[in-house]
Amino acid sequence: MKILVPVKRVLDYNVKPRVKADGTGVDLANVKMSMNPFDEIGVEEAIRLKEKGVATEIVAVSVGPAKAQETLRTALAMGADRAILVQTDDEVEPLALAKIFKAIADAEAPGLVILGKQAIDGDNNQTGQMLAALTGWAQGTFASAVNVEGDHVSVTREVDGGLETVKLKLPAIVTTDLRLNEPRYASLPNIMKAKSKPLDTKTPADYGVDTAPRVKTVKVSEPPVRSAGVKVADVDDLVAKLKAIGVHS
Amino acid sequence: MTAFDDWRARSPYYDETHEALAQSVRRFVSREIAPHIDRWEAEGELPLELHKKAAEAGILGLRYPEQYGGHSEGFDNFHGLVLTEELAAVGAGGLGASLMTHGIGLPPILALGSEELKERVAPPVLAGDKIIALGITEAGGGSDVANLKTTAVKDGDDYIVNGGKMFITSGMRADWLTCAVRTGEPGAAGISLLLIDMSSPGVERTRLDKMGWRCSDTAAIHFSDVRVPASNLIGPENGGFIGIMRNFNSERLGMAMGCCAYARVAMAEAAKWAQSRETFGRPLVGHQSIRIKLADMERQIEATQAWVDLCAWQVKHGKDRPADFAMLKVQATRMLEAVAREAAQVLGGASYITGSKVERIYREVRVNAIGGGSEEIMLDLAGRQLFSGKR
Ligand SMILES: Cc1cc2nc3c(=O)[nH]c(=O)nc-3n(C[C@H](O)[C@H](O)[C@H](O)COP(=O)(O)OP(=O)(O)OC[C@H]3O[C@@H](n4cnc5c(N)ncnc54)[C@H](O)[C@@H]3O)c2cc1C
Ligand SMILES: Cc1cc2nc3c(=O)[nH]c(=O)nc-3n(C[C@H](O)[C@H](O)[C@H](O)COP(=O)(O)OP(=O)(O)OC[C@H]3O[C@@H](n4cnc5c(N)ncnc54)[C@H](O)[C@@H]3O)c2cc1C
Repeated sequence: MKILVPVKRVLDYNVKPRVKADGTGVDLANVKMSMNPFDEIGVEEAIRLKEKGVATEIVAVSVGPAKAQETLRTALAMGADRAILVQTDDEVEPLALAKIFKAIADAEAPGLVILGKQAIDGDNNQTGQMLAALTGWAQGTFASAVNVEGDHVSVTREVDGGLETVKLKLPAIVTTDLRLNEPRYASLPNIMKAKSKPLDTKTPADYGVDTAPRVKTVKVSEPPVRSAGVKVADVDDLVAKLKAIGVHS
Repeated sequence: MTAFDDWRARSPYYDETHEALAQSVRRFVSREIAPHIDRWEAEGELPLELHKKAAEAGILGLRYPEQYGGHSEGFDNFHGLVLTEELAAVGAGGLGASLMTHGIGLPPILALGSEELKERVAPPVLAGDKIIALGITEAGGGSDVANLKTTAVKDGDDYIVNGGKMFITSGMRADWLTCAVRTGEPGAAGISLLLIDMSSPGVERTRLDKMGWRCSDTAAIHFSDVRVPASNLIGPENGGFIGIMRNFNSERLGMAMGCCAYARVAMAEAAKWAQSRETFGRPLVGHQSIRIKLADMERQIEATQAWVDLCAWQVKHGKDRPADFAMLKVQATRMLEAVAREAAQVLGGASYITGSKVERIYREVRVNAIGGGSEEIMLDLAGRQLFSGKR
């Protein structure tokens, strides 16, 4: 079974984002970038399935600028077998992404597509679901456990109020949550090996996908500065204060 | 603009493999180190499990031969610089110093030791199971290495060691000490390197409290009639001095890189502060004297970094000379001293209160300027080599 793992190059999660002065977006010039943490979890899960003998090949795919090659090399260094870069300098929205992944899924016929539940830049949480709709495959989102049994996969989902386990027929779409696994570190020998693994470069047009945006960003601004907290003397004081602001009656 | 950005992406010396390694180490630091570093600073040492985890993540073995459990394939010394920079991200110099003490303790064994010794020592160290430290400095003096007083006297198949070592990094936790001892005549020609098992009878150690590098355990060590098998001799008897000096070159390059990295951390914190802190109705960066300060810091960091990278390139291509490492180290520690001072100045009163990285880095200036060869000694060494024809 083949596994397709989309990976996105995003602002490194250690970096505090800064909004561009003109309010059109987040300033990415000269800032550290790395793989979306949820996607790292996806790569790790695919590698574990390969180590268990369930998967035979892992294909990492990234849609983004030429620099997204670095992110794909990281996926290859972790243990993916080959990579596809769908190169574009445009900001690609979830629907266009899902269409590109659908076209790649048609061509590659994977048994599983493992995506991050969201990317930490846009926090959209849409691509996996849209891909499931476009392919008509079953989906298990927010996965905290993934077990492949024959032609099914059971996915334990983190939902409000607890865990839910769904059993899906393969091929299926899985999106990862934080507790699914702890991704491994790419060591130097594996980084060197990754240099000789195949990486194909395509464009959205190769898949017949138009990436023109459907959503217009009106304005991006810094979150408001949090005002200082208030110390309360005791529980009565707390209740009184909550009543005063109408949170408690 | 804030520093600690992707400056490597604009450098001719770093390629995608360096970037991939940087991301891997950065993830390790943010997951395994950043959440705990303040506690380790308070406790005065690193937990042993951290060495194990760092070994599994490929950090401890970086640059060492595969046959001993290391990762050297494809390694160039810029990978080493990347590791140093990423470990510096938490702004605690003791972390790199203590987690990577094998970086000064192990190379003499790999360069000069017998095959039996290498196989006995290197694999458990690179696996994070054993800790090895380096013992050169003595209470009687650190700069004048050729005059060290600790003696090792042959007795059958053993040496009997008497004396002591001072300011030894990871010395409280060390299982082994790569130790400089006097086996012969006075001066450099009578010095040998001996691997001492720190659990031997007659070894006593005392923890030293310090201004900085607080998460690194530092020891004063005393030897009274410590019996060491002669098979623990590293290289030829009375031939240890060259090994010590060669070891210093790579230590100095690494320390210079560390200074650049810590300066960048301080710079980043100061720049962020200057952008958000308002005085007299505008952000600090709105005041010309603060902007000039920040640019002056950046100027010194970039100039020093350029020399660090050039020296690393010279090592890679066999074109290095010892005087450069000595002068580079001075350049780097003076740069760090200036940048740490100005960063603290920008933070104002906040820089004096525990909790900022700048406060910590400011306290770590001196150990860089003194340890591993103090500034005066470095410049004198370079001066002698370059201008007086002496060594
Ligand atoms: C935190 C910490 C960790 C350390 N870790 C280790 C370790 O792991 N292993 C190890 O072996 N050592 C270690 N050291 C010791 C360090 O290398 C020495 O402190 C250093 O070499 C200086 O030696 P000293 O302190 O004895 O100073 P001294 O040699 O006594 O010198 C004192 C001052 O006099 C100056 N001076 C000395 N001689 C001359 C001269 N001829 N001309 C002009 N000026 C001179 C020096 O520059 C210095 O400023 C560590 C030190 C510290 C602080
Ligand atoms: C240990 C300690 C004890 C203290 N005790 C007391 C006390 O008992 N009582 C009390 O009232 N205060 C006390 N202070 C506060 C101290 O006086 C202030 O820290 C000091 O006045 C600087 O103010 P700040 O820290 O807010 O820095 P800021 O005012 O925020 O200044 C930060 C930096 O920007 C520079 N700067 C600011 N404005 C400009 C400008 N226009 N142009 C150029 N540069 C500028 C400053 O020189 C400084 O380097 C104490 C501070 C410390 C650290």
